[in-house]
Amino acid sequence: MMPESRDVRDLYQDMILEHWKRPENFHPLPDANRKAEGFNPLCGDHFTVFLQLDNDTVTDISFEGSGCAISKSSASMMTASLKGKTKSQAQELFAQFQRLVTNQTSEADEEANLGKLVVFSGVCEFPVRVKCAILAWHAMMSALDQKKDTVSTE
Amino acid sequence: MSIPANRVSAVAAGLDAARLSKDFPALNQLVHGKPLVYLDNAATSQKPRSVIDAITRFYQEDCSNIHRGVHLLSERATRAYEEVRLAVQQFIHAASPAEVIFVRGATEAINLVAQSYGRTQVQAGDAVLVSAMEHHSNIVPWQMLCEEKGANVRVIPMNDRGELLLEEYEKLLTPETKLVAVAHVSNALGTINPIRQIIRMAHDHGIPVLVDGAQAVPHLQVDVQDLDCDFYAFSGHKMYGPTGIGILYGKQRLLEAMPPYQGGGDMISSVTFEKTTYNSLPHKFEAGTPDISGVIGLGAAIEYLTRIGLDNVAAHEHDLLAYAAERIYLLPGVRVIGTAQEKAAVLSFVLDGIHPHDIGTILDQEGIAVRTGHHCAQPVMQFFGIPATTRASFALYNTEAEVDALMRGITKVQEMFA
Repeated sequence: MMPESRDVRDLYQDMILEHWKRPENFHPLPDANRKAEGFNPLCGDHFTVFLQLDNDTVTDISFEGSGCAISKSSASMMTASLKGKTKSQAQELFAQFQRLVTNQTSEADEEANLGKLVVFSGVCEFPVRVKCAILAWHAMMSALDQKKDTVSTE
Repeated sequence: MSIPANRVSAVAAGLDAARLSKDFPALNQLVHGKPLVYLDNAATSQKPRSVIDAITRFYQEDCSNIHRGVHLLSERATRAYEEVRLAVQQFIHAASPAEVIFVRGATEAINLVAQSYGRTQVQAGDAVLVSAMEHHSNIVPWQMLCEEKGANVRVIPMNDRGELLLEEYEKLLTPETKLVAVAHVSNALGTINPIRQIIRMAHDHGIPVLVDGAQAVPHLQVDVQDLDCDFYAFSGHKMYGPTGIGILYGKQRLLEAMPPYQGGGDMISSVTFEKTTYNSLPHKFEAGTPDISGVIGLGAAIEYLTRIGLDNVAAHEHDLLAYAAERIYLLPGVRVIGTAQEKAAVLSFVLDGIHPHDIGTILDQEGIAVRTGHHCAQPVMQFFGIPATTRASFALYNTEAEVDALMRGITKVQEMFA
């Protein structure tokens, strides 16, 4: 059963709407040495994440594409969070973010690293929107590993 | 199948949607604290109490397998099952009950024709015609067939209102075209195709026509003999019946010549390890224990729809769609996708700068259930250059007050994402 009390403003928090209106790092990165696409065939959301990875450190990161407010703001805040992080820190943050939006977060997670990303905590009340929130993150992980060019949510 | 311009209003004709909605238990609930406004009927309709009760009654009183038992329960179940076949025959005006095949849904009906008729009639270099507005269920089975055979799927184009271009269609009716498969009503756009004309044009070239009627049967009177279609596929669950049951209508002459689609019990006359003799129509295409309770539920749905009268339903939904179209044009930043002259009860739209998933989530919070996405019609989305739409689709129980609620919801979405 869905909780009757959930509020749509828990999902669309002000900071999320801000990043939707004015996304950060929303441009291609011509010199990127890694890039990957994320695609959700169910809704057509489609993002490309660009990474500049130097000595296992994300020295620059950006994204382009289109999608819903949740997927776009998540991509924006992801890029803001990952600049300067090492590859393993980025992978750890992905895992924490995934736990956050699927309601498996421990308190340690939130206090340690998630920072502003906790505005996505409301996503777990809206199960069908989890894929939106995580789409660009999957693309980022794929770019880090450079396994393949396109990841799909399906 | 268009509604006469001088029709009497639906209420005067006897359809009181607000009263009828009381027949549907699922409609009478709160969603996120708001009364449910169910506008996702093109995906599936809600079920009236009589359908739910018929299924319950079958399991409580008549549950048994059909066609084989000599005991009373089996006799009752068999009679009930076969009576629904007669009801379907009357409902779509088929010439014979042998032409009514029970399947899982419209998708299985189309796959049956593709695999049975298609595999025997379509050869390398041949073509199957579909339209630009088809649901994936009327594209993919033909692609699978054509891939196997080295044949081609060709597409009847449409204009930007969502109407098929019949002059282009005429050009595609070539000697290599072996079948035309086209929707009666588009699920994504609501277009009511001029299906009788489409069929006549194909027949002038000796080409048979399969009609995907999944979106038509709940909304308008279908007479397969008058249409002269060769196959007509539809689902029970979009016409107030249960999920898991659907119908393939086929002309007897064609069905008799077709090989079975699946093998198993009930579709045989006799089996030895050397040779099996197939059963006669319609049983030849109904291998295995069918969805007996689904058929019985479908029978109750047909009874319900017949009692209200499809002409009344069509008139009511036509009025509702006209009302919704008027109202939505008053809102800024809205683009309606699918503006055909002849439309059934579908209002597909996009809002400037706002993704359909965000729209769907906000509307849900207001208790309004709509469909957001590509509606299993990705080529339609590609044609209009959009990833997805928001679709409100109406049924006999929807009211103008619910349309008003939708409009208030859209305004709320626009305020939130201003």
